[in-house]
Amino acid sequence: MIWEVFRQERKGQPFEHAGSVVAPDAEFAEAWAREQYGRRGESIGLWLVPRDAIHDVEDWADEFDLKYRRVDGYSIKARLKEARERAAARAR
Amino acid sequence: MRNEQAFLEYVQGGGQVETTDWMPDDYRAKLVKFIEMHGNSELMGVLPEREWILRAPTLQRKLALTAKVQDEVGHAQLIYRVVEDLGKPRDQCLADLVDGKAKFHNVFHYPTKTWGDVGVIAWLVDAAAIISQKALLKCSYAPYARIMKKICWEESFHILHGRDVILAMVTGTPEQFELVQEALNRWWGPLMQFHGNPIPKEDDPMYIWRIKSQGNEEARQQFLEGYVPQIWELGLTVPDPNLQRNVDGVWEYSEPDWDELKHVVTGHGPRTEDRLAFRRHFLDQERWVRDAVLAA
Amino acid sequence: MNELLLGLADDELVIGWRDSEWTGIAPVLEEDVAFSSIAQNEIGHARAVYQLLADDADVLAFDRSPEAYRCAPLVELRLLDWAHTIARRWLYEVADEIRITALMEDVPLAAKINREEAYHRMHAEMWHDRLRDEQRFREAVQELWPYALGVVESDQRAELSARVGLDEVAPVERGAHTDELAELWEEMTMVRRSAPAGAQW
Repeated sequence: MIWEVFRQERKGQPFEHAGSVVAPDAEFAEAWAREQYGRRGESIGLWLVPRDAIHDVEDWADEFDLKYRRVDGYSIKARLKEARERAAARAR
Repeated sequence: MRNEQAFLEYVQGGGQVETTDWMPDDYRAKLVKFIEMHGNSELMGVLPEREWILRAPTLQRKLALTAKVQDEVGHAQLIYRVVEDLGKPRDQCLADLVDGKAKFHNVFHYPTKTWGDVGVIAWLVDAAAIISQKALLKCSYAPYARIMKKICWEESFHILHGRDVILAMVTGTPEQFELVQEALNRWWGPLMQFHGNPIPKEDDPMYIWRIKSQGNEEARQQFLEGYVPQIWELGLTVPDPNLQRNVDGVWEYSEPDWDELKHVVTGHGPRTEDRLAFRRHFLDQERWVRDAVLAA
Repeated sequence: MNELLLGLADDELVIGWRDSEWTGIAPVLEEDVAFSSIAQNEIGHARAVYQLLADDADVLAFDRSPEAYRCAPLVELRLLDWAHTIARRWLYEVADEIRITALMEDVPLAAKINREEAYHRMHAEMWHDRLRDEQRFREAVQELWPYALGVVESDQRAELSARVGLDEVAPVERGAHTDELAELWEEMTMVRRSAPAGAQW
């Protein structure tokens, strides 16, 4: 069975995918992942997940332009320049 | 995108490929062969070194050498997992290895004779390897590039350990200094062959597919530039009267024996057969363990 | 007490040495990595105990003649097949737990070692559970049982017998060495002996 290994390096850090071990059960997976991903004290936590338990999501529809809800959908430079010029003119 | 030309442009433009992405058959085949050879090399590299674990002259050296070899076994595990996810199971790789059907790097076909070899291997062979491995951090195949990060991080102590072993001997007795020099004399040839013949990278399919990101000669020059000064500063000599750095910063050297390289990697090195037999013996003897344990 | 500590250190050194023989050739790559950590830990324990007994751990580890080592015969055996190796690991860890916990009252270092050994025990139990029905393993345990009894003191043997689930038999006592120790010592010390005493490595 393939077990995916996620490891946490320090408190507060996210668990990140580190690799995988082949093991018959959680006990062996733990014994082996502890050494492969932690023998140098490089991890303070591991998540071991059978590969089959992982639900893989890979496709995204992006048919219509939905930029309105992203930062790159906004270009404020030109208007900002004009607004500043007008404010400066009003102040004179 | 299922078009070989588009894929080529994609990887040459720095694009990364994941396991489930479409890839041309040629890319996949070359990738598997390359990565498998790396895994085989890590595993075979263990054999020349493990005898010296048992003979290490201090507890600290014994621990360091055990940890170094342990890392190499760990690297083999990481690498074979990548190969398996590309479609070739681990036990098939191991079977091909012990049957002489798969290759491993030249340096692991040679004998180790003294504690001097231990230092030279850890310092210089690992140095040569790490140059290639750093270049592989940019491999177009992402799962392999990712494990290279862990591999490079772990390798960093190997070279330091090797240099420490060498330094202890070159500042020890005259006999110990001689052990190092003698080992260096034997390993120089294989080290110069290690990065492969100087095929221009534009003609190297591994570079074309961006599996490798550096040409063979580039790697060798990096090795010479980094390590020959370190060798010379200890008062050690390199057994090549033509070795010198010219005014452009390019290292010149006697032509390595490319026939020897070919002969060795095709399975005719001085220790190839008995090392493969050794591996085969334990693989066969302990098959029952894998059957008992790996059946979930 | 020093005799007991030296016995502990020599046991850990020699079993660590034997276990390190598997580096690179264990049956499963993942196990190879894990097993190597165990071997390194054992050597580390030996070193720590030697440092209680002398200034230079290496002098104790390498510079005595084979007869001067106080290790139990169990650890000296060359067992290059997995059934025997794991059988020995398991028997040794059960015996060692009894021995170490007895020392913990007087020796703080023993408590530290014991905490690390917890992982070794988990590992040994894990393998024992998997292989207990395999004939090869059971036979190996039977074969090594008299040697395992020799690891602990005589007043600890009933406990060991209860934990392992085998009746007490005539033990292979500490004190006399097997032929295998001399060969091991030869290989272990060959590089060190090639330079004058006090040479740096």
